[in-house]
Amino acid sequence: MNSPLQFDFLVDKKKNTLTFIREFRAGKQLIWDCYTQHELLDQWFAPAPLSTKTKSMEFCEGGHWHYAMIDPNGTEYWGWTDYETIQSPDFYTALDAFSNEAGDINANLPRAKWLVRFTEKGANALVETVITYHSLQDLETVLQMGMKDGLTATLSRLDDLLIHLTK
Amino acid sequence: MRRDIFHAIADPTRRTILTLLTLQAMTPNALAEHFAISRQAISKHVQILLECELIKPEYQGREIYYSLEANKMKEIDQWLNQFRSLWKTKFKQLDTLLHTLQKQTT
Repeated sequence: MNSPLQFDFLVDKKKNTLTFIREFRAGKQLIWDCYTQHELLDQWFAPAPLSTKTKSMEFCEGGHWHYAMIDPNGTEYWGWTDYETIQSPDFYTALDAFSNEAGDINANLPRAKWLVRFTEKGANALVETVITYHSLQDLETVLQMGMKDGLTATLSRLDDLLIHLTK
Repeated sequence: MRRDIFHAIADPTRRTILTLLTLQAMTPNALAEHFAISRQAISKHVQILLECELIKPEYQGREIYYSLEANKMKEIDQWLNQFRSLWKTKFKQLDTLLHTLQKQTT
């Protein structure tokens, strides 16, 4: 029963997009809830060892999500997402940003546009995430934010560990 | 200004040059023939690609042939792969959450 779940990662260097397509062993509505309700987002959104804490969220067109990712030392990295269009439970588009605890958007850091689409695949569901950056250099800046605190290195190590453990 | 592989591939002309060089090593003149812009403009782009070490010059008699540094190109993929592993972790967490939620409802 444990057939491998589809996971595609595509990079379009001309359009400056990253696309992730992932299959989940659950119904579309439940996955939609996990993406659009902060009580659930808080339980998965930040990659371990980070955790997520929502300060405020209003999931509607023109609404927002204001949250922090917290590292094991307690340092908070604040993010802000503006929701643009929503068609429940099929897709939504949003604009992300780095911010602070007060919710001021950091204008010096790049923002990316997100399109998240949910489709059925038998009893499972597919989530397609397309993230569009202004340029590849923007993408690099975003990654360096993570690199700064060795975060990415930690995560790759963790990922290696997971691979070993599941083998 | 800092020049690295991302600066190199940020420009469409430079991406085309890299694509042409995947087929074969080429002289500056042969490269320029593929573009409508001036030889000097192409030469500037080639200079940037050299600085970023994405291409290397080889001298054959009086001619210079530029060829691709495949290993350097790999850096781009390695760098992008870090995104892949971050997302893998996130999606694994979502798997766990979905599993928990499903157990609660049954």
